[in-house]
Amino acid sequence: MSDHQDAVLEVNHVHRDDVGARMGMWLFLLTEVLLFGGLFLVYAVYRYQYPDQFRIAGMELNTSIGTLNTIILLTSSLTVAISIAAIQKGNKLLSVIMLSLTLVMAFMFLVNKFFEWETKFSHGIIPGSKEMTSKPNGQILFYGLYFVMTGLHALHVIIGMIILAFMLVFVIRNKITEGNYVKLENSGLYWHLVDLIWIFLFPLFYLVQ
Amino acid sequence: MANGTIAMTDLPVPKAEKSFFEQSTNKHSGILSWLLTTDHKRIGLMYMFGIISFFLVGAIIGLLMRLELLSPGGKIFSAQTYNSLFTLHGVIMIFLFIIPGIPAIFGNFFLPIQIGARDVAFPRLNLLSWYVYIVGAILALTSLFLPGGPIDTGWTFYIPYSVRSGSNVSLAIFAAFILGFSSILTGINFVTTTHRLRAPGMSFFKMPLFVWATYATAWIQIIATPVIAITILLVIIERAFGVGIFDPALGGDPVLYQHMFWIYSHPAVYIMILPAMGVVSEIIPTFARRTIFGYKQIAYSSLAIAFIGYLVWGHHMFSSGQSDTSNWIFSLLTFLVALPSGVKIFNWVATMYKGSIDPQPPFLWVMSFIVLFSIGGLTGLVLGALATDIHLTDTYFVVAHFHYVMFGGTGTIFIAAFHYWFPKMFGKMYNLKFAKIAVVTYFIGFNMLYFPKFIMGYLGMPRRYYDYLPMYTPYQRISTYGSWILVSTLFFIVGYFIHAYFRGKKATSNPWGGVTLEWHIPSPPPVENFKVIPVITHDPYDFSQLKEMKDE
Ligand code: HEM
Ligand SMILES: [Cu+2]
Repeated sequence: MSDHQDAVLEVNHVHRDDVGARMGMWLFLLTEVLLFGGLFLVYAVYRYQYPDQFRIAGMELNTSIGTLNTIILLTSSLTVAISIAAIQKGNKLLSVIMLSLTLVMAFMFLVNKFFEWETKFSHGIIPGSKEMTSKPNGQILFYGLYFVMTGLHALHVIIGMIILAFMLVFVIRNKITEGNYVKLENSGLYWHLVDLIWIFLFPLFYLVQ
Repeated sequence: MANGTIAMTDLPVPKAEKSFFEQSTNKHSGILSWLLTTDHKRIGLMYMFGIISFFLVGAIIGLLMRLELLSPGGKIFSAQTYNSLFTLHGVIMIFLFIIPGIPAIFGNFFLPIQIGARDVAFPRLNLLSWYVYIVGAILALTSLFLPGGPIDTGWTFYIPYSVRSGSNVSLAIFAAFILGFSSILTGINFVTTTHRLRAPGMSFFKMPLFVWATYATAWIQIIATPVIAITILLVIIERAFGVGIFDPALGGDPVLYQHMFWIYSHPAVYIMILPAMGVVSEIIPTFARRTIFGYKQIAYSSLAIAFIGYLVWGHHMFSSGQSDTSNWIFSLLTFLVALPSGVKIFNWVATMYKGSIDPQPPFLWVMSFIVLFSIGGLTGLVLGALATDIHLTDTYFVVAHFHYVMFGGTGTIFIAAFHYWFPKMFGKMYNLKFAKIAVVTYFIGFNMLYFPKFIMGYLGMPRRYYDYLPMYTPYQRISTYGSWILVSTLFFIVGYFIHAYFRGKKATSNPWGGVTLEWHIPSPPPVENFKVIPVITHDPYDFSQLKEMKDE
């Protein structure tokens, strides 16, 4: 009862509940999984319809850039996790360094992605272009999904970077501390999700042949 | 200690205690104290203004369509205008009125109170959801006035027309995307609230059934909405960049679009109806003075509906070329989902049996609901059966069916909920006689408007046409006259509520003799709802509390 009584004093109706905050975040992540789940469903249906053309189109993708990006993103998940562990132990400096590293790696990921798309574009693989629409249907769909899914994922990376940048500021300004780190924890969860989605995108587009 | 006793002894209601209308939750006063509020009750009321306005706009568009159909020959609107009208009517009624309707207004206002909490789990997120709703609504309105003209695809946005149509499809469906966000955020908020903020002693099986229903609904909002979000996004991307996804010209599969659309939109039907069923389960015990019959069955049937309802979407696609195997499986599952709904109807009726019924307006509205909703539900089975559906699909029979379910079901209960909770929300009582008249004219107008559509549909009148063969004239006439009675009743209702707000008699804290927690606190409630969080010992519909509550 005691925490309920404290709440009486807070007129603004906002009270702290870390378990609740975490629960809310997990529910939100569930909606993200379902959002991408819809895309994976579309992918599965079309792959089943056009297995050969999906294979041919998939061979065009640059596996080494994809692998590099996978390594980068996985490492950045590790650094986020370390930064959370650090702040729990009160090690602010380490936390700041790890968060900054995460941001740097996220940026590297996007740069790689940019060059990857850029080469596709220079080969005339642009949605809606003449060259694209003259390809067989299965390949149009493959590239359509490729751009949509990696694009939407990249958007999530950008959103994640914005969130982590805020967290970095909060840690520096001591708004996230040893005793109150649920915001950072939740942002970390979000980042792991971005990572996880990539782990599915990578084999589906670059490896499965 | 009984929650009844606590409410009355620890919470003596000093005359000076300010209601949530008088006390701001932030440092502002006036309009900013509303626009920046984190109080779930104020947010509920802000939703109310938006939702009711859109309901009336949608109703007027319905009225206009009926006017066009008064006589054959397409005299008032062009075919194109009629296409836009039914699309707008559908989009407004579905995305702006009926989906947010009960959860956003009454869920926000009463969910925290009924579980003995001071607010929802994330009050600021709650305010954000309202703003997201408003932004979505503004986008939808903007799309009407931009060059290209209002969207004309029907509210289902079927491919391939929705990628070819020159009207403002992208902006309008982007609005639906945004509204989906609002729905998801509200869902997350309500699930977390139900798990984290129940008062001490309130186990899951001591929660009022409205809480159960809102909780089950919140889960569907979370699980189903992302699917429509991604589907809409894909259509927008396809329109904007010519990426091949659904368009058959680029190898895509329009039936896949339909699957994804209905994977959301059928569960959305339960987002619409479950909260209404929750409200019914509140009103009937209160006016039958009897604990609800089969509390657990009603609670579980909400979950069962939420679960099975997720697996029946294919019944919208019996004639669109899915396999025969899919057809019969979806048909079977559709029949199964009727069972938990039937469980509820029987439990409600059994609750009334040998109760001492007090036929006040909220109860009468519920009676009207039971009749209209049963007609809607049973004709749903006609459409769920394969053989009959092939004859009736895409006819007025379908239009009649879903109006009976959505409007006769949820819409009626939306109105009933206002009659039940208005005194609590505003501290004023409305004119009971007016309310009783309204039930009757509503019921007559409703059946005149929609029942002829069953017959016309059976005779072959297709939906979404601005003109018809002369043989349908008598039915169309009756239907249009019905729309006049019905829509004037709606304005009459709004009128006597507004009158009650300004001129009505003061309402007591428990005008109907209810026992759930909201009836233990003053009307209108104070900002903090409860001075001291109550400890719950009674079952939710234990009317023996009533005596304690009165004795104090
Ligand atoms: C207020 C009185 C109302 C009237 C007079 C009315 C009338 C109509 C009419 C004439 C149509 C077009 C039928 C056709 O040509 O196919 C229609 C369609 C529809 N109505 Fe209503 N309606 C009303 C209320 C509602 C409510 C409360 C809801 C939802 C909760 C609703 C949901 C719909 C939907 C989803 C459609 C289908 C739109 C489409 O085909 O894309 N209506 N209504
Ligand atoms: Cu359905």
